[in-house]
Amino acid sequence: MIDRNTDILIVGAGPAGLAAAIAARKEHIESVLVIEREKEPGGILRQCIHNGFGLHRFKEELTGPEYAQKDIEQVSELGIPVECSTTVLSVSQDKTVICVSPEKGLQRIRAKAVILAMGCRERPRGALCTPGTRCAGIYSAGTAQRFVNLEGFMPGHRVVILGSGDIGLIMARRMTLQGAKVLACVEIMPYSSGLNRNIVQCLQDYHIPLYLSHTVTDIRGRERLEGITVSEVDEKRRPIPGTEMNFDCDTLLLSCGLIPENELTRGAGIDISAATSGAVVDDMLQTSIPGVFACGNVLHVHDLVDNVSEESFHAGRAAADYVRNGFTGAEYITVCDGEGVRGTVPQRIRIPSDSPVTLSFRPSDVYRSSAVVVDCGGVELFRKKSLIFTPGEMVHIELRPGLLKNLPADSITVRLERN
Amino acid sequence: MTYQADVLVIGAGITGCAVARELSGYKVSVIVLDSAGDIAEGATKANSGIVHAGYDARPGSKKALYNIRGAGMYESLCASLHVPYRRNGALVIALNDTDRTAIESLKARGLENGVKNLDILDHDAVLAMEPNISPEVKCALFVPESAIISPYETAFALADHAAVNGVSFRFGQSVSSVERLPDGSFAARTDTDTYTCRVLVNCSGASGAYIHNQLSGQKLTMVHRRGQYYLLDREAVPAFSRTIFQCPSPMGKGVLVSPTVHGNLLLGPTAEDISDPLDTATTAEGLSDVLRKASLTWPKLSVRTNITNFSGVRAHLTTDDFVVGPCEDCPGLFEAVGIESPGLSSAPAIGLDLSGMIAGYLGLSLKESFLPCPVRPRPFNEMTDAEKAEAVLKDPAYGNIVCRCEVITEAEIRAAVHRPVGARSVDGVKRRTRAGMGRCQGGFCMPRVAEIISAETGIPLDRVTKNGGDSYILSGTVESFLKEETVHD
Repeated sequence: MIDRNTDILIVGAGPAGLAAAIAARKEHIESVLVIEREKEPGGILRQCIHNGFGLHRFKEELTGPEYAQKDIEQVSELGIPVECSTTVLSVSQDKTVICVSPEKGLQRIRAKAVILAMGCRERPRGALCTPGTRCAGIYSAGTAQRFVNLEGFMPGHRVVILGSGDIGLIMARRMTLQGAKVLACVEIMPYSSGLNRNIVQCLQDYHIPLYLSHTVTDIRGRERLEGITVSEVDEKRRPIPGTEMNFDCDTLLLSCGLIPENELTRGAGIDISAATSGAVVDDMLQTSIPGVFACGNVLHVHDLVDNVSEESFHAGRAAADYVRNGFTGAEYITVCDGEGVRGTVPQRIRIPSDSPVTLSFRPSDVYRSSAVVVDCGGVELFRKKSLIFTPGEMVHIELRPGLLKNLPADSITVRLERN
Repeated sequence: MTYQADVLVIGAGITGCAVARELSGYKVSVIVLDSAGDIAEGATKANSGIVHAGYDARPGSKKALYNIRGAGMYESLCASLHVPYRRNGALVIALNDTDRTAIESLKARGLENGVKNLDILDHDAVLAMEPNISPEVKCALFVPESAIISPYETAFALADHAAVNGVSFRFGQSVSSVERLPDGSFAARTDTDTYTCRVLVNCSGASGAYIHNQLSGQKLTMVHRRGQYYLLDREAVPAFSRTIFQCPSPMGKGVLVSPTVHGNLLLGPTAEDISDPLDTATTAEGLSDVLRKASLTWPKLSVRTNITNFSGVRAHLTTDDFVVGPCEDCPGLFEAVGIESPGLSSAPAIGLDLSGMIAGYLGLSLKESFLPCPVRPRPFNEMTDAEKAEAVLKDPAYGNIVCRCEVITEAEIRAAVHRPVGARSVDGVKRRTRAGMGRCQGGFCMPRVAEIISAETGIPLDRVTKNGGDSYILSGTVESFLKEETVHD
């Protein structure tokens, strides 16, 4: 077994890991190492060949591979090693990482700081408890995307998409352009969880109906999928008898949410948030183990890769600071989710804080002409109005430096307030 | 084509595999047929995985007899097959005073059947043993001899062992008709082939009565009873370490909550009589029934960690007992019909008995050399760091992790394809290696698994199936679709 040391080890060379590596190196940390399980860096962007990436960060519309390539080139220019085809098997409390690859075999790498950037995965059929047969032809939208875009194979001819997450919407368009017939997109909630632009560009432009407040209630087909039943659901998401519609289809794509991939995080004994399914972090994106940081979709699922990159630059800088200065014990306030707010990140903030703190969360429902409010012990610290908040779009607010001084309580609450 | 063998076994479930494995010790040619694309595709892959201690069956019945004998064989059998076996113990819980009486009679029945170490525990003792059981529990029958196994892995190992000793397996062979020829031999016909044999063994599960009734005047009536399940993800601290049964009552049999040998939790089954023996769909009613009943045992039950739902079909005879042995009015036909619960527990004993009877009928002698069951390398994720390092050094494919959730390597997937009865489908690989069994359900690894199957077998990628038959995963190349579209336009 190979034994090595590094200052900062980054798990994952998707957009999060690459951005964290760039930021750490720019903070003059010489020894940065990125470990990637796939054959090439770039993460899920490699299979996202549609455009729409990078509008915020690069002020231009890029495809996924183009966006990734910009970071890959920078990482290469900065001379940061990226070891591909290498899977991390465990991360321990003392920041020892065990990984394996066909070429180098088993390696034990001791790091001063670890950045977790493993990304997320799609919610599978099992999590939905949809009844019916267990035939072929049911895939997560991302699996289908990989088949079409990377492997050059089509998963089927007649397609229904369950869930209106962005990957499902993108795949509705992709499958249509590639010669398949997309019969419908079915969403259990009364609103889509995808970006509005994707609903317009991927469904409406191709006359693909979107059934809101509907779900799949039966799956038929012994060997390959033959058909599904779709039913309308009530406010409690229970199917309404008598509303069944049958679709003859050979393919069902699931786009029903993304889950941070935290096997390594759990294995390390790091605290996980029930709301985000990601690590509990402070405003330095440091987890419950000092020197272990998390960023990108492994921390909480983002809408835009631009935001992943921005968050990960922050994690890279924070890890660099940790390597230079070590863990300086601090006092924390906790951040609580109030009405209409779910999964605020970070969950803890060091005080006193002398830099701005970004809070991110998802609305738990649609809130029209409302305000996001931050309270502390009955005192309002922050208020920002917006015409609409929806669960499909993450909200980011920035608390200016100095705001979190002389607080009347040791926690703050983020909530939405209808006007 | 016509194939000929001394013995033809119809059905490659746990019983058929057990019979074939025992027969492979004799000087005899054996073919095993199955209508599905793999071993264990019927009830064997979709049951509770329990080796019952034997307190439940009616004393004196074949079910009681074979259950007790089979259960006693499993520990050493699993060790010799290199498959998991865990004597985790079981509790049959009483949730009201009526149940309490039933528990007493279950214990008496168990003693009569010869089950050892039965004990009735009070409320406190039950909760001390399994703190997640409902505080409503009055008492429970403690069954220390109850065990869990992996039914399909056991069947795969039995099949491998039979195959290295000369048994051949043929899949996708649905027997449409059987007849006894004038010379006393049999002919079994499938869509494509005819098989002739001197002895026919009916281990055909859900088709047991269909085969039997073609050859015997003593007709059997079979009811197909479906059972639906939830399979929950592994947790750091499992909610239960023992198998928890509900007390059978006039209201029904109740459902069980049980750990699996791999650390998942199983909830189920329902019991619904269905008309189509191949209908292994789950239903909204069935699944909610499982949840409602399981939460009586486990009030804090959450399906947040559900991995999959499945159902299996039990072959229930209206006589409510197994049929095991030679058919009275059809010499040369040997049968194991109506092998529902406790069929898994009974399979090793049924296999031993049937093979002994067949050997006597044909006057067979034992082979001079009987090869042991091939030893399979330890799963990568169970190796120590030093063993992992050595494994990758010897075969770099051990360094390629294909299934992230269960940490299954390319080397192990290749090995599954090259087992004596090797995997030919994505599900075949899944059940042999656990690749795709984890919480992402193959979202990431399925395309890679399909590629490896294709590379190792030469099956084109778009002809690789999920589970045999027409269960193709892909519908063609991107280019072929665009051409099709042009034609249609």
